[in-house]
Amino acid sequence: MKEIDYLAPSSLGEAYAALQNGKTSAFLAGGTDIIVQLREGRKEVDQLIDVKHIPELMSYAWTDDGGLVIGASVPFAEIYEDDEIVRRLPCVIDCATLVGGIQIQSRACFGGNIGNSGPAADTVPALIALGATLTLGSADGTRDLPLEDFFTGPGQNVLGPGELIITINVPPQPANSGSFFHRFIPRNEMDIAVVNVGARIDLDASGERIEGARISVGAVAPVPLFVAAAGDALVGETPTEDSFARAADIAAEAATPITDMRGSIAQRVHLTRVLTYRALDRALERAREA
Amino acid sequence: MTTTEKPDYKVIGTRPIRPDGVEKVTGKALYGADIHLPDLVQGAVLRSPHAHARILSIDTSAAEAMPGVLAVVTHSDLPVVADKVLDMGEGASTASDMSKNVLAADKALYRGHAVAGVAATNVHDALTAIEAIKVEYEVLPPVLNVQDAMRDDAPLLDASRHTKTPTGEESENASNVAAHNRFEGGDVEAAYAEADVVVEREFDTKMVHQGYIEPHNGTANWNSDGTLTVWTSTQGAFAVRGALAELLQLPVSRIRVIPMEIGGGFGGKIGVYLEPVAALLSRKCGRPVQLTMDRTDVFQATGPTSGGHMKGKIAVKDGKITAAEVSLAFEAGAFPGSPVMAGAMCMLSPYEVENFKVDAYDVVVNKPKVAAYRAPGAPNASFCVEQLIDELARETGADPLQFRLDNSAHEGTRMITGVAHPRIGQEETVQAAQASDHYQSPIEGPNRGRGVAGGFWFNAGMQSSVVASVNPDGTVNLIEGSTDIGGTRAALAMQLAETLGIEYDSVRPTVVDTDSVGHNDVTGGSRTAYASGQAVYEAGLDIQQQMVARAAQLWECEAEDVEFVDGALRHTSDSEKTMTFAELAGKQMETGGPLQGRGSVVARSPGAAFGVHVVDVEVDPDTGKVDILRYTIAQDVGTAVHPAYVEGQMQGGVVQGIGWALNEEYYYGEDGRMENASFLDYRMPTSLDLPMIDTIIVEVPNPGHPYGVRGVGEVPIVPPLAAIANAVHDATGHRFTELPISPRRVVEELHNLQ
Ligand SMILES: Cc1cc2nc3c(=O)[nH]c(=O)nc-3n(C[C@H](O)[C@H](O)[C@H](O)COP(=O)(O)OP(=O)(O)OC[C@H]3O[C@@H](n4cnc5c(N)ncnc54)[C@H](O)[C@@H]3O)c2cc1C
Repeated sequence: MKEIDYLAPSSLGEAYAALQNGKTSAFLAGGTDIIVQLREGRKEVDQLIDVKHIPELMSYAWTDDGGLVIGASVPFAEIYEDDEIVRRLPCVIDCATLVGGIQIQSRACFGGNIGNSGPAADTVPALIALGATLTLGSADGTRDLPLEDFFTGPGQNVLGPGELIITINVPPQPANSGSFFHRFIPRNEMDIAVVNVGARIDLDASGERIEGARISVGAVAPVPLFVAAAGDALVGETPTEDSFARAADIAAEAATPITDMRGSIAQRVHLTRVLTYRALDRALERAREA
Repeated sequence: MTTTEKPDYKVIGTRPIRPDGVEKVTGKALYGADIHLPDLVQGAVLRSPHAHARILSIDTSAAEAMPGVLAVVTHSDLPVVADKVLDMGEGASTASDMSKNVLAADKALYRGHAVAGVAATNVHDALTAIEAIKVEYEVLPPVLNVQDAMRDDAPLLDASRHTKTPTGEESENASNVAAHNRFEGGDVEAAYAEADVVVEREFDTKMVHQGYIEPHNGTANWNSDGTLTVWTSTQGAFAVRGALAELLQLPVSRIRVIPMEIGGGFGGKIGVYLEPVAALLSRKCGRPVQLTMDRTDVFQATGPTSGGHMKGKIAVKDGKITAAEVSLAFEAGAFPGSPVMAGAMCMLSPYEVENFKVDAYDVVVNKPKVAAYRAPGAPNASFCVEQLIDELARETGADPLQFRLDNSAHEGTRMITGVAHPRIGQEETVQAAQASDHYQSPIEGPNRGRGVAGGFWFNAGMQSSVVASVNPDGTVNLIEGSTDIGGTRAALAMQLAETLGIEYDSVRPTVVDTDSVGHNDVTGGSRTAYASGQAVYEAGLDIQQQMVARAAQLWECEAEDVEFVDGALRHTSDSEKTMTFAELAGKQMETGGPLQGRGSVVARSPGAAFGVHVVDVEVDPDTGKVDILRYTIAQDVGTAVHPAYVEGQMQGGVVQGIGWALNEEYYYGEDGRMENASFLDYRMPTSLDLPMIDTIIVEVPNPGHPYGVRGVGEVPIVPPLAAIANAVHDATGHRFTELPISPRRVVEELHNLQ
């Protein structure tokens, strides 16, 4: 096994400098993806840049308008142990509590799950449903982009060579809105999603009509999908079995999965429909509670 | 549930702490990879990337020249061995097949097949060096299941292999079918003609692995005097010694195998994989060499158990099974030796079946050579038979347990082998399941169902040997040679304490190496508590006899006048003359010197084990997920020596059966690569996937053992596959005939997806 340099920058500036020293790099956040990949020879780099000593990446805060800005390296456990996040953004908790077990959750983070850019990443459909954006930074400055525009293929994303994820930004959620994320795995724990779905429903003040909806599906395409058409089809509709079923059909049509040891094409398309329907149902419940 | 009056045991039936418990839970126990020796070097194994390929050449020169590399070995370093059959205890192989499995000869027969070994000063150098070995392969099409392998035009794994036919002759054409055996009795056709109902179906199962936590390992030191010492975690140190003697052509006495603690085996740690390679490397470099596997190696290159194809047809007349015709074809892996015969002989044994025709095919395919796995062969075969029985019960409107009871075998019933059952507990076990709170409670709710199934396993006897030394303070050291996987140190110490009438805590058992005790066959076949227990009993009797003689000597009377009762010596007519065990133990020097008892047995009456399982499931028809809601296992264990370990064996077997039924499978790509060779994608059940598994211990003592012990460890894995399939059928109305009954299969079949 090849020797790897370890760097631990304590500021963004130091991190940007490290990215420009001519070596190939990976970031070390929780290490729950990258260490496994390096050990199994699935990835090779010259240096690991530890991103757990950069203050901007290690904290989270509410914005004045009610959004949540999460530092890329904040471990999941810190997020789901925060009562206010549990209360205000249950969909963030849905995914944060699902990734691995307690050991993994104490190390792993959103930045790592997104940075790893796996098609089945569990936090992504949840965050896309919530309308999250990323703030990326490099020596040239920062830029924001919608999470759904970040991924370009399995393990691939738009990050430039000198760039990293600084924060994940969950915007303020409308009143009468509810979101839900879940996945299907063959066992009750320890698995990679066969399909995972995040859904958000925004109701009007009467609670009878849908004003907006966002649906995102993972593990059914080279990148996590934001199926805008499925959400749009619900706008102006009443939340009924029929309207949900139609949206679920649209989501299923958008799925272009593969057959592998984790599931077949037919199963994944079918599950996309089932999970989308069920996610909408649970999101509706939460919207009504909101 | 006790079915006969039990003797008033003092130790047997209690639940003391196991002697190896503290070391294991505090992390101090030494497993195979924990051995560190002065000058120890590490090795690595180069494995075939192809499932089927001719090896045209191997060039090791570049690897040998690399820094840190001390030795490189290939098949040509192994001596030529004969076609002699090596019986490893559970599963046999010829020495030449085993030799070719240890290091591939002219062909690589499965992906992961070992091709060369390297020893180097550290593992990184060894891993780098194996990549520098140049192997020229001619890649051949792989054969990946029995049906393909049995086709006339199938690529042949070994062009010189012919089928051994039921008549004992060899087939004319070369074939991947190594053996075809048949059992036939009565007249099945006549029975079908008269039957009320006949059901007929085909079934398929996949290759599955035992999934023990500890990967295989082997450390060898070939001394300059030509002796060989091997440290390994194995179910049978003597089996390893015997195999090494054959493969390396060494006298048995020159080999010492030191068994380390074992992190699970379930039948998969009987054969040798790394040990001979480590030995050859050690011989070449003159230093001790350690080889270990990672999980991928374990999946790809050790011995899982067979998948296969089965076809069954069973008839019923007036509520009685009148005929059964079953054909089983099991994957042997790369070399002959699937457990298809065991499956064939087990599947009908719980029942009375007069007319039968059973065919068993042992078929080689380009997958790892199978090894034993808990009641090898029986779970697959019962998956077929117990589903057909379920269907017959349904079609005739009978309760599925009552149907099984009405057809149960009992003392005197002949199995298809012609052997008559001795006293067995099949009927009692069915009745225990019928009477269970579980079976008496209704199952309610949508998408829920209940299934039952029965199962049989022979259990093994074989050879055991122990020595017990009495210490001056009245404690006893028990020296034994049976690997302790399931609590046998405790179970054996308990039987010795019972025999000697002393406290459990007074007996200290130790498992020693092959130089230090007589021969012991493997811990397999559920034989240890039974057969080594019998050896322990004999050692106890030996001590009793010697103590009686010594007491007679002290009391200056005849031995006939002295009794050994409840751990004390008594003069039969002079009540003044008594001595405790400890008192006499303290007088060894004056009564003839150190007191040792010996027990050496060939145990020939292993009482067969029967189990009946009841399971409730809930199926999510939209996701295809099957949840186990409730599970009850009733099993005849003869006598539960240590009930907690008996329950643990019962529950453990069920858990493995649940995994096999619902998710576990070797998932192959067309190129013959196992794509899920990790615990992430080879889905064994986790604790969150299981309910508490309720156990009902039935005790019908084995007449062939002094304490009535029967083997318990294997039969609990036999019924779950069918019991769960029957429950899923009850819940969905759909019969799943192919394993695993995974969410994928369930949604695809229920929703007709393609
Ligand atoms: C036992 C186990 C169970 C798991 N279960 C799940 C599961 O249920 N669901 C699931 O989705 N995943 C699961 N995973 C995968 C993994 O835990 C998650 O993807 C996790 O979120 C990764 O976070 P990390 O902090 O450990 O990332 P790391 O391994 O540290 O990094 C992962 C990748 O992200 C990049 N990266 C890290 N930080 C940044 C940054 N700030 N900017 C840009 N790129 C960055 C790194 O370069 C690397 O390529 C599991 C892993 C294990 C070992």
